[in-house]
This record gives sequence, C-alpha cells and structure tokens, in this order.
Amino acid sequence: MPLNPPTPSTPAPLAGTLKTLLLRGLLAGLIAGLLAATVGYFVGEPKVDAAIAIEEANAATEGSHHAPGEPTAGHSHGDEGHSHGDEEEALVSRTGQKFGQFLALGLSGLAFGAIFASVAHFARRHTALSGPKLAIGLGVAGWAAIVAVPFFKYPANPPAVGDPETINDRTLLWVASVLLGLAAVGAGVYVYKLLRGQLDTVRLIAGVAAFALITTLGYVLLPGVDEVSADFPPSLLWQFRVASLAVSATLWAALGLGFAALTEFAGRSTRVRSEVATAG
Amino acid sequence: MAIAHSPSRTTDSLATVLVTVGVVLLALLTLYLVGFDQGAISRSGMFMHELMHDGRHLLGVPCH
Repeated sequence: MPLNPPTPSTPAPLAGTLKTLLLRGLLAGLIAGLLAATVGYFVGEPKVDAAIAIEEANAATEGSHHAPGEPTAGHSHGDEGHSHGDEEEALVSRTGQKFGQFLALGLSGLAFGAIFASVAHFARRHTALSGPKLAIGLGVAGWAAIVAVPFFKYPANPPAVGDPETINDRTLLWVASVLLGLAAVGAGVYVYKLLRGQLDTVRLIAGVAAFALITTLGYVLLPGVDEVSADFPPSLLWQFRVASLAVSATLWAALGLGFAALTEFAGRSTRVRSEVATAG
Repeated sequence: MAIAHSPSRTTDSLATVLVTVGVVLLALLTLYLVGFDQGAISRSGMFMHELMHDGRHLLGVPCH
C-alpha cells in the first residue's frame, strides 16, 4: 500500500539492476518455455499427430488423382516427418519435431523473458505496485496482448488447416493482430493511469472498457480468415485450439509467477542480510 | 560500462538504454527464427523451420 512505508512485511517495489532483472527474466522464461513444451508434448502432440494423419490421407487421394501409381511427394507415411515442401524426404522426423517443440518453446520463453524484464525495468518507475505484483500484472498483460487478442481473431490451427497460398497474408494479419493486442493493453493501462484519484473500481472498469473498445474496433476492421475445410473434424480442431491455449497460458503464467517468485526470493535474502547488518 | 556517475533510480544512462534496445532486438530476432524464418536468416535451409514445426503450430503462429 502506498500509504505505508515499506516494512519487512510488505513487499518492496521491484529492485535490482537491469542485469539482475534480465537474468531473472531469462531464467523464468526458460523454465516457462520448458513447462509449456511439456504441456504441449502431452496435450498438443496427439492432436498434431491426428491432424497430420488427416493431411496425409488427403494428400494421398489428391496424389493418386494427379499421378496414378506414383508415390506422393512430400507427404510421407509412418514415423517419417511431416514436411511443408515437395521434398521427397522429410528433413525432420515426427519424433524430431516432438523434441524440436522443446527447442521452439524454450527459445520463445527466453525471448519473452528478456522482453518481459526490459518492460519491467521501465514500468517499475510508473507504478507503486510491489515487485511480485508488477510481475504478475505484466504476465497477464503479456498473455492478453500477445496471445488472447490474436487468438480470438485468428485462432491457432493444426496442420492440414490453412491454404499454403495465403500463408504470407495470414502471417501479416496475425502480426497485425498482435500489434492490436499490444495497442489495446496499452490503451487500457493509459486510461487506468489517467483516472488517478478516482475510485479503484472506476479506474479498473474504464481501463477494461478501453481495452475492449480497441480490441473490438480492430476485430471489425481486420478481415476474417476461414480456411477450415468442411471435412476436417470439428472436435479435433477444438481440441487442438484448447491445447494451444493451454500451452500459451502455461508459458505466460509460469513466466509471470516465476519472475514474481524470483523477485520475492531476492527481496527476502537482501532483507535478511540488512537485518543481520543492523542487528550486528 | 564505464560510467563515472552513480546510476540514478529515475533516469537511465545511455548505456543502459542501448543495452535494453539490444536485448529486445536480440529477443525479437529469436522469436523471428522460431516463428517465421524459413532459412532466410538461419542459413539452415528448412531444417530449423521443420524442427520447430509443432511448437509454431501450438503457439498459434500461422503455418502453411
């Protein structure tokens, strides 16, 4: 609480040098990425496998249509990998891709952790929040901006959904939706700060309303994408999207909570040290 | 970083700002490699792209 001076029982604002924060962010991010990949391994991979099986079945029927008797290029069977191009052999086997997921999410976690720490470094002077609370707030804001706002406009799709011809357009639209998410969260925080002196609930309602307004505006302006073919199982699509949300929620929850926990550990150890110093 | 004055809690030295900008750019490059690169920067052909295929789908990045 801002009215009370910081005492050992109330957590202090986020302290530490930029380097400390960056190391904390990288550690929390790496842990978060590996946790998210573990969730992805058990929850997401079965759905990816099922989608690839459908993709290969479709390719096999199309392939026999084009070149009867010839094996279909680029879409191999069994435990061989899933491949984008028209190469004869998959570059990475399915097993490799399942472990490659840990690399992808570990690297993403490290990157998000570094950005998280940089934002925390600049955000801490504009808030009276304690270090752990600022970290949790940044985790929620990051998930809302980078995952939730894009997801509900352009949801995650399993393999076999999506036209390869439109990949560049879809990528640009998805990046635009991430920028929309960042703008919406920024607008919410700005309005919340603007109403200093008002009741807390009023500020919160106005902030959430600003976030919702910007998000809605963007959703209306951005074009829709609907490339799910009629024969793709809807339940598999739903399960894959839930798995994707579980992975991203794990990533951001672990990043925010991990950063908060490391901050509190660091605060406790310095406090103990200073108490020992004053007692002695 | 040879800074003569003690760093203030309210203003950053130019070095700190530059370090932050560098770190964020490096992080964005990493995210690009995971999400979008098809060998353009990693010079690995499609290998890295294929290796991180499942993670990209689960992160919700558009893919083929």
